[in-house]
Amino acid sequence: MSKISTAVPVAGRGRGLPLLPRLEAFLIPLMALIAGGVLFSLFLLVQGKSPVEFFSLVWRAGFSTAFSWPNTLSRVSPLLFAGLCVAIPARLGLMVIGGEGAIVLGGLAAAVSGAALGGVPAPLGFAVMVIAAMALGGLWLGIVGALRVRRGVNETIASLLMAYIATALFNHFVESVFRDPASLNKPSTRPLPESLRVGDMPVLQAHWGVAVGVLACLLAWLLIERTTLGFAARVTGDNPRAAQVQGFPVAGLVIGFTALAGALAGLGGFFEVAAVHGTANASLISGVGYTGILVAFLARHNPLAIIPVAVLLAGIEASSGLVQRRMDLPDATILVLQGCVFIIVLLSETIQGRLPAALRSLTRRMSNG
Amino acid sequence: MSAPAPSLEAVGMTMRFGDFTALDNVSLSVPPGSFHALLGENGAGKSTLVKCIMGFYHATSGALLVDYREARIQDPRDAQALGLGMVYQHFTLVPSLSAAENLVISRGDTPALINWAAERARLEAFLAGMPFRVPLDRPVSSLAAGEKQKLEILKQLYLGSRFLILDEPTSVLTPDEADEVLGHVKALTVSGALSVLMISHKFREVRAFADDVTVLRRGALAGRGRVAELTNEDMAAMMMGKAQIGSAPPRTGTPGDAVLELRGARARDRSGFKEIGIEDLKVRAGEIVGVAGISGNGQVELMEVLTGQRRLLSGAMTVQGAPYAATRAQARRHRVRYLPEEPLHNACAPHMSVAENLALRDFDSGRNGTGGRIFLGRARMARRAEELIRSFDIRTRGPQAQIRDLSGGNVQRAALARELSGDVALLVVANPCFGLDFSAARAIRDRLMQARNDGVAVLLISEDLDEILELADRVLVMSDGHITHEARADQAKPAELGRYMAGHAA
Repeated sequence: MSKISTAVPVAGRGRGLPLLPRLEAFLIPLMALIAGGVLFSLFLLVQGKSPVEFFSLVWRAGFSTAFSWPNTLSRVSPLLFAGLCVAIPARLGLMVIGGEGAIVLGGLAAAVSGAALGGVPAPLGFAVMVIAAMALGGLWLGIVGALRVRRGVNETIASLLMAYIATALFNHFVESVFRDPASLNKPSTRPLPESLRVGDMPVLQAHWGVAVGVLACLLAWLLIERTTLGFAARVTGDNPRAAQVQGFPVAGLVIGFTALAGALAGLGGFFEVAAVHGTANASLISGVGYTGILVAFLARHNPLAIIPVAVLLAGIEASSGLVQRRMDLPDATILVLQGCVFIIVLLSETIQGRLPAALRSLTRRMSNG
Repeated sequence: MSAPAPSLEAVGMTMRFGDFTALDNVSLSVPPGSFHALLGENGAGKSTLVKCIMGFYHATSGALLVDYREARIQDPRDAQALGLGMVYQHFTLVPSLSAAENLVISRGDTPALINWAAERARLEAFLAGMPFRVPLDRPVSSLAAGEKQKLEILKQLYLGSRFLILDEPTSVLTPDEADEVLGHVKALTVSGALSVLMISHKFREVRAFADDVTVLRRGALAGRGRVAELTNEDMAAMMMGKAQIGSAPPRTGTPGDAVLELRGARARDRSGFKEIGIEDLKVRAGEIVGVAGISGNGQVELMEVLTGQRRLLSGAMTVQGAPYAATRAQARRHRVRYLPEEPLHNACAPHMSVAENLALRDFDSGRNGTGGRIFLGRARMARRAEELIRSFDIRTRGPQAQIRDLSGGNVQRAALARELSGDVALLVVANPCFGLDFSAARAIRDRLMQARNDGVAVLLISEDLDEILELADRVLVMSDGHITHEARADQAKPAELGRYMAGHAA
């Protein structure tokens, strides 16, 4: 009967379990997360390590105590920006995966402009640094959008290659023209003056990048879900042909949204430099731009959902040190977990829209058997 | 032709999908060597019945008899082993391969290394016994539609099918091509080499070629009989049941000024190697201009030019005298609306709601529309959607349902509701009734005629010649990327138009 079952959801769609389609947006990523965790547990068991110990360590180091939260929150900021950098173009139907490049270049622009602005008042200095970071990040991914519009270049590949170029350029400049002669072992740009360092928020022991990142998520949600521009973008993402027939400025939307994504990634790079490292060096090339892909997919490209997802992944990352020490597992173990979850998330995209039908047929089979 | 044609009987076939009954206790009998037509509206269950016969579906209950023996058909391979073959509405040939290659690879037992000399000899021997043939060595993509359909039929015979199921086999053919292909099929049945079951919408073909007819309505048997003993009215009544087939509203008013003009317009075609060229096309207010043509002769490209999806290489497009490039602002200023074919794929955002899809035209038009310039007016959008759903009779669970969950006719009604609401000067329509059943098509055509009578300039691009002849004031024929013929609709002769469509007339 397998051939017929494909017809069942069509005939039965819309009857019964009316809430499920809405819940689905939450349930599918949750199930993917759990399934990814199970897959990862097998990986641990094969090595003779205890999954129970692993997850309890993650819980303790990432979330459970007053000591764990600052560590977790400090990692949230770049994940928010990197997640938005993937999610915003995704709503237009574009898979931009090279946010890393915009983060790195945004950070470089912030570091160089900030170091050059030694004596200026802090507000002016911050404004210049933010604008430089967002402009360079926006330009970088805006090029990807323009290539897509003008020449039909696949934006996924283009953005990935642009990310490689960006890190190469970054290394080149940090080791040559912008190198601080005082940085001997680790080539870095000149450190930012103290007045141009971003501090921590009151109460929460995390820098302002977290708050700005959350605000960016809220504004991105407003843009996509509540404005006419976002509406046109969603229509374009769902059906580009219909958007063209409606006369939407599809080219402008593509370039604008990719540039916006790049600008937000650049802003993330600004916070990494101004709040964390105080200079631009190889530490900025952390791969967080690629983790942003996982963040966006787990959030199903909903900017509001990016916030909790970023916190979750930040907590897992924050626990990596403790896991390393206690379980004698290498640093890359967390990447294996992320990889397991990501594969399952991509797999679960295929059951999107079919969950109600799948559950119905399951309950039917159970009641029959 | 060695084996004689088999007979086929379906007894009490029932097919349920969940709690939906697609086919309800339908029986059908095709004696050996007969030509049987299966008539019915879309959704009447014709395809379901045929798919049950071919083993694509497993009937919930009922039995199949092939040559008076019960046949258990688990999948299409079983059907083929029993000599049952199907020819689909759309071609299943590999366009880049030649006819000979297509025939040989269609066999399931083709060896990894093909001895072409031996295969060629066997093909020639096979074709020698056939009443018609096709060029064997040209790539299939260069064959005319009629040739391709003949090749599809040859392919089935080559595979040993003695019972052919034809699923609307002439929908992509001109009337002349259709007559030729079906004539050959008919000759094969008369000689006893073949039995045929043909799904059709076209009374003309049923009348000309079929011996018997079975009519389905809403999944159940609605009538059957010998074609010679039935009138078209009898068959229409069986198909429609009690529903009345209205006729088009009367044509009123006279055409006004030209609204749309294309002059010397050239654009690349889809392949990128050829061009389409429209020397002079005018559509005036209060008239319907029909563009007839066989699929793939530049109509898609013309529609893309008109909707701004395809750039003009040269020439001019004007609307109400002003240069027009189909931007949103221009379309709004000149009140231009579009209804592309297959609206779910070309005019809707399938995963967005009915209400959102109904608002695609006016969500950003400020005070007069459903939204402001910057923020969406979601409450106004919902209210407006409910009005349109009521006045255009769109059947949906509600304004918030995804539009892809609606039936084809209702998606088309939603697109039409959106494009025809408000003040319209020019409406460009492509194949508006493709895949719709009688009553849905009737409703859409009435709206188009009404729009015309209200002074809208309508450009109707359609592959359905009957639709054009019914609705249009003037008919243009498009062939090989150009307009090759123009006639007044009330003086046009289908056969003559068909020759221009096929590109044969000079």
